[in-house]
Amino acid sequence: MHAPTKRIAAASTQPQRRALREPLWVRVLIRIASLSFLGIFLLLPLVTVFYEALREGFGAYLASFRDAAAWSAIKLTLLAAGISLPLNLVFGLAAAWAIAKFEFWGKNFLITLIDLPFAISPVISGLVFVLLFGAQGWLGPWMSAHDFKVIFAVPGIVLATVFVTFPFVARELIPLMQEQGTEEEQAALSLGANGWQTFWYVTLPNVRWALLYGVILSNARAMGEFGAVAVVSGSIRGKTNTIPLHVEVLYNEYHFVAAFAVASLLALLALVTLVIKTLLERKIQQQMANSTSDFDAEVSNVAVKSPVNAAVPAPHVSLAVWTRGFDFESAVPT
Amino acid sequence: MALKQRSVLPGFGLTLGYSLLYLSLIVLIPLAGLLAKTTSLTWVQFWNTVSDPRVVASYKLTFGMSLMAAIINAVFGFLVAWMLVRDQLPGKKLIDAIVDLPFALPTAVSGIALTTLYAPNGWLGRWLEPMGIKTAFSPLGVLIALTFIGLPFVVRTLQPALEELEAESEEAAASLGANRWQTFRYVILPAIMPALLTGFALSFARALGEYGSVVFISGNMPMKTEITTLLIVTKLEQYDTAGATAIAVVMLVASFVILFAINALQWWTSRGYLKATS
Repeated sequence: MHAPTKRIAAASTQPQRRALREPLWVRVLIRIASLSFLGIFLLLPLVTVFYEALREGFGAYLASFRDAAAWSAIKLTLLAAGISLPLNLVFGLAAAWAIAKFEFWGKNFLITLIDLPFAISPVISGLVFVLLFGAQGWLGPWMSAHDFKVIFAVPGIVLATVFVTFPFVARELIPLMQEQGTEEEQAALSLGANGWQTFWYVTLPNVRWALLYGVILSNARAMGEFGAVAVVSGSIRGKTNTIPLHVEVLYNEYHFVAAFAVASLLALLALVTLVIKTLLERKIQQQMANSTSDFDAEVSNVAVKSPVNAAVPAPHVSLAVWTRGFDFESAVPT
Repeated sequence: MALKQRSVLPGFGLTLGYSLLYLSLIVLIPLAGLLAKTTSLTWVQFWNTVSDPRVVASYKLTFGMSLMAAIINAVFGFLVAWMLVRDQLPGKKLIDAIVDLPFALPTAVSGIALTTLYAPNGWLGRWLEPMGIKTAFSPLGVLIALTFIGLPFVVRTLQPALEELEAESEEAAASLGANRWQTFRYVILPAIMPALLTGFALSFARALGEYGSVVFISGNMPMKTEITTLLIVTKLEQYDTAGATAIAVVMLVASFVILFAINALQWWTSRGYLKATS
């Protein structure tokens, strides 16, 4: 049906086609401007990290990791990420289940509150815990009486990391699970599955790529966080230094090769994160596309609007579904 | 009115209850602590802290450089997004992936890398220095770091808007006799303006709170190259928690105002969209 129009477009006059594209010199200029901007602002700093790290050869690079303080920093970073990831993962799943599968009052406000840590400066994220647990903080006197330290100690670093990575998993899961609706879960339940089985065998497989996506981004932030952790850590060498803080210490002591060598670990992590992220984005798009094919979307609309009365959908919606005919390919999730 | 609609799915109470509990413990109670701490200051104390000349100088630097960085990002972010959506460039996927680098690279790492690059003996600094352009350890250094961290916001909000543009409207404009510039100015630009403004505002908001990438390259000279977040840290190191809190509240209010503006902008454009389609 579109073929004749296309042929007409192809046969259209030269000036008209020129009006649909920028002149060549503009296209070349856009390319040059954006590529040099990206080159100077993104690529050069990245190259600098590896160049400076390897400046005195591979031996000097490796020697930077023979330092006990570097290892303790790596261990602390792994610990902080290892605690904050599962905590925020469980929260993300719980919050997404409540928000995406149910209708309740104040839902949009709750979503805004979940995003809050993204809107707050990392320095202020650290400050709030100093105000709670610091020597002059609300709980400070009680904690010094019980010989329990949070600020300038490991618990503070973990708390700050949990805070800054708080929204990642939830904000990836909520839109996808809202898009997917509840009809698959309802089908599972009506076939006799219990709640856990439904969650484990139906919901979780449906969101696994988005879940992984949230975890990957959250991990990059957890391991790379600087401002919030700097405020609560006190930078006690070998005790409360994470990798980014150790980089700062080395840099300020003019150990540039060592600083960039340790920093190159974080830069590698960033590159790996970008690669996995790009791969996952393709997977998630497929999953989104599967769940929002026309037939599914209309069924899920009905299910979300009237979860109890799904069997008696509004007439105009059912008409739209049925007149389209049964399209099993788009109805069956792949 | 019922708090929730009846549903056959289980687990509403458990998941919502747990979410609210965890949200309160990690985010809401600590933030409430910050506000409570502010109320323990008298109004005079608060005002003296936040209007101290050194603090005011830091506002000027932070807001001024954040604004300029957001403008630079709006311009170049638009060019990058345009190229990624419209240009058939070899290696486009790679370029697309690398745009997110400022999100993925820890701020401390970008901070020391930018400083090394723009220091008087660095790859870029050694060319700029003889021309009389001092970048590292000057306000210009702050601008460079803030531009670096803000770029992805503009590109990532513009890309979907550019992809959604319908070719028909451009064809219509062209067939009615518009030249390419007129089509861009009167058809394309108005359609992507909300996304461009949102990206600009996000980039600005992120720059205001930035710390790690700036403190290395700025040189941190009082009254000259000291950003506001650094002052918060300095006050904390001097055990002046009250002073740190007062400045933090000013910054917090500023970023909430911007966030509110972004939400209002999106509400306003989605309403306009509904009007246009109905």
